[in-house]
Amino acid sequence: MKPEIVENVAFNLIRQAVIYLPEDVKQALKKAYEEETSEAGKTQLKAILENIELAEKYQAPICQDTGTIIFYVSAGAEVRGLDKLENALINATRKATKEIPLRPNAVDPFTQKNSGDNTGRFIPYIHWEIAPGNTLELTVMTKGGGSENVCLTGMLVPGEGINGLKKFVIESIIKAGAQPCPPTIVGVAMGGGADIAMKLAKKALLRPLNEPNPNPEIAKLERELYEAANMTGIGPMGLGGKTTVLGVHVEYAYRHPASFPAAVAFNCWAARRATARIHEDGSVEYLTHKEKV
Amino acid sequence: MPVYHLKTPISEEEIRKLKVNDVLYITGTIVTARDQAHRRALEYLKEGKPLPINLEGLAVFHCGPVVAKEGDKWVAVAAGPTTSTRMDLFEDEFIKNFKVRVVIGKGGMGKRTTDAMAKYGAVYGAFTGGAAILAAKAIKNVRGVEWLDLGTPEALWIFEVENFGPLTVAIDSHGNNLFLDVAKNVEENRKKIYQKLGLPP
Ligand code: SF4
Repeated sequence: MKPEIVENVAFNLIRQAVIYLPEDVKQALKKAYEEETSEAGKTQLKAILENIELAEKYQAPICQDTGTIIFYVSAGAEVRGLDKLENALINATRKATKEIPLRPNAVDPFTQKNSGDNTGRFIPYIHWEIAPGNTLELTVMTKGGGSENVCLTGMLVPGEGINGLKKFVIESIIKAGAQPCPPTIVGVAMGGGADIAMKLAKKALLRPLNEPNPNPEIAKLERELYEAANMTGIGPMGLGGKTTVLGVHVEYAYRHPASFPAAVAFNCWAARRATARIHEDGSVEYLTHKEKV
Repeated sequence: MPVYHLKTPISEEEIRKLKVNDVLYITGTIVTARDQAHRRALEYLKEGKPLPINLEGLAVFHCGPVVAKEGDKWVAVAAGPTTSTRMDLFEDEFIKNFKVRVVIGKGGMGKRTTDAMAKYGAVYGAFTGGAAILAAKAIKNVRGVEWLDLGTPEALWIFEVENFGPLTVAIDSHGNNLFLDVAKNVEENRKKIYQKLGLPP
């Protein structure tokens, strides 16, 4: 697979992601606006919808915080040239920062220096997965800081079981309050280990809002947590109302008998993500956005 | 729901009319200030130095804008609000001494600021977090910038705005604070949620 093609697709995905919200998020926000009964909440949702339209009209990023760039790559085992991919994704990030433009958001934690181009040690971060076949699926998430600051990992008490998890999720949402720019999308994961749980919780943010977990028991838990979160009354931007979350997505891994790791990840209403599939012959399918690139 | 359109300089009398949940649009001058600018302004005050701009009757905006230079002119590209709680440390002195009438940000502010707003006559207007383009489009002109040595996000940007909003009045000048009300409400709802989920209290 030619690195130039991957670079070009990655650039297009970043552009799609920061300017256009995915259709499922837009629909969920519209529905929330129609159903919200709190006046302050409704005003906020209306401003969000107007802002989304303006971003599309002026081809400008939806939010000034264009986030940290994270890639999820699912590479077919038969795809050749995978060693050139990392470089292609870094180049795409640099180009996107300059041309869209994005806010430079990569800071060395030791010297506090901003690299100025959204790249640096381990950034953009790339998650790798090997799949059968000869296609490459590429997803970008541009993750805002306000919603990242309230993500939580907890090592719960195994004896409390699912009740412990429910409590942890609700308390995390209450603690986050207005900070992650609600209405948010909440990713929840249990099991694995501290790192595995957070990885799964964050990946759950990529799942479209209209796709419940295929496991009916987990789907039921998602529904239950969604309803409970919207009973908090935090509301849009924390100004009160019944729309605190747009969705709750739950994932899980098996756990050690003595541990019950849990993680809660937040994405703000500006839930920016985009995916494309690149075929061996160089043809590209954009899977999340119908907008032209 | 009453909607107000106010022009700067805003008088104390006009501010006293506003109640929480009202919607406010501002036309005139707003000035950005984050932690560093607040700190420096209060240092100037202590040393008896005047600020580069008289803030009386104006709005201060918690915002680190994305700006671009077109020729020799600055343009605001994106200008969403930042979290206001960080400024709780300074805002009471700021309101008292500089007679700022509106504070704009996201996420709300605490008791100290609420008390100062009641005492000296100011309100907090919540602007939608993330709505950076909506804000930028209301900024018609960048009149100037001061303290650029603090860095672009921390400098004092002086914006001429037209119908900047919607701002939800979340703290009024009568001691009401919507965010503190919501927090109280959330505390009460927590019990119901625990019950619904079958959790022990
Ligand atoms: S939390 Fe999200 S919407 Fe809010 S300012 Fe940050 S990136 Fe923008």
